[in-house]
Amino acid sequence: MRVGIIDYGSGNIRSVFKSFEKASLLLDKNIQIVIIDNVEELKKADKVVLPGVGAFADCMQGLNNINGLVELLNKMVIEDSKAFMGICVGMQLLANFSKEYGYTEGLSWIDGEVTSIVKVEEEMKVPHMGWNSVEFDQKHSLFRRIKQDEDFYFVHSYKFNVQNNKFVLAKTHYGGDIAAVVLKDNIMGTQFHPEKSQDAGIQFIKNFLEWAP
Amino acid sequence: MLKTRIIPCLDVKDGRVVKGINFVDLKDAGDPVEQAKVYDFQGADELCFLDITASSDNRNILLDVVNRTADQCFMPLTVGGGVRSLEDIRNLLLAGADKVGINTSAINNPILIEEGANKFGSQCIVVAIDVKKNKDSWTVYTHGGRKETRIDAIEWAELVTEKGAGELLITSMDRDGTGKGFDVDLLKAITSKVPVPVIASGGVGTLEHLVQGVKEGGANAVLAASIFHFGKYNIQDARKAMTEAGLNTRL
Repeated sequence: MRVGIIDYGSGNIRSVFKSFEKASLLLDKNIQIVIIDNVEELKKADKVVLPGVGAFADCMQGLNNINGLVELLNKMVIEDSKAFMGICVGMQLLANFSKEYGYTEGLSWIDGEVTSIVKVEEEMKVPHMGWNSVEFDQKHSLFRRIKQDEDFYFVHSYKFNVQNNKFVLAKTHYGGDIAAVVLKDNIMGTQFHPEKSQDAGIQFIKNFLEWAP
Repeated sequence: MLKTRIIPCLDVKDGRVVKGINFVDLKDAGDPVEQAKVYDFQGADELCFLDITASSDNRNILLDVVNRTADQCFMPLTVGGGVRSLEDIRNLLLAGADKVGINTSAINNPILIEEGANKFGSQCIVVAIDVKKNKDSWTVYTHGGRKETRIDAIEWAELVTEKGAGELLITSMDRDGTGKGFDVDLLKAITSKVPVPVIASGGVGTLEHLVQGVKEGGANAVLAASIFHFGKYNIQDARKAMTEAGLNTRL
């Protein structure tokens, strides 16, 4: 199996690559992790990972800058149902639009909008930065061998308000509920950074590598 | 529930971890790559890597050391030292940093904060502020504490957050390496004014100091070097003390 991590000029590709490589070694299966920056390579991938650190508009721009990338992603993920994982902004890009620095359209794979985290009290700091507990549907294979309320690493100022709650697989709490994992068929996204969440994060990535949606 | 973060800090000079007192009298504290491994194993919440002479030597950060250190980290890594341009930020992110600390350049070229936040998101831009007490106020220093400015630390903290800093790393130079505890008045003055998370730094000698930084200073994360590097305490000890004091930490 070939897992492609898309490098579109945004963020911590190296960290993501390292963590996926570690997870695949632990699984001891024939899994190849590759960093991809063009459509020809992407075509060969069986699973697709879209990392994202940065501003929404800048990330969307980065995707659009690679000729044919968004079209191919739509084909692979929507038509061919290949397993997809977006991380942080890579997850937020699944929304219809974001209100970060103006208004930017997203991929519209899961209906909803991206808005800023609401400060509910004076002492509450934004960005939401650090380890926060994640509540999830324990039956799902993506959370195999992960304990309820496990801490994962978050760092973001905006959140994905998913229109239909059934697409929210896990949530965390910071000035209200925040979608921590979204899931719609073969499309999955995490607001937290599994690549930065030590053992629990590596386990989550292993689960994604074994996931057969 | 969001947890209070415990962050060991690697002050790096010529590729080695060092630790001084009041920013001078540096003592060798080992290899950064080996130290990073240890802290990852101990389950530190984040790691901070500061190339402390990059600005004063007027050179770029040692990317290959950052690279090798990042390879040992499955936790968030903040890297600072000699960051002068968007290109520098990008190179550090590519080398494996998750957040970038800007100190001297934030003062020499404040627009870098704004441009950095627009390009990479505020969450990635940590403004580090080195501070000395001056009667009733606090003054900002640059170039690894070698150069005094006339800037008031509290005003500066407020200004950089308006410009887009996503986090502040506040180091009391008076307390650094002394083991006398954080300057909690300084922390309180800043945490009560800024909307972003604050990392307290400088002066930790006991586990009780970590608790004070959060309870009295209002910090969201506590950074320490000597107490961890020389094996006096490990991350678990710190976590236990903080939990017993009623703070939320990871288990």
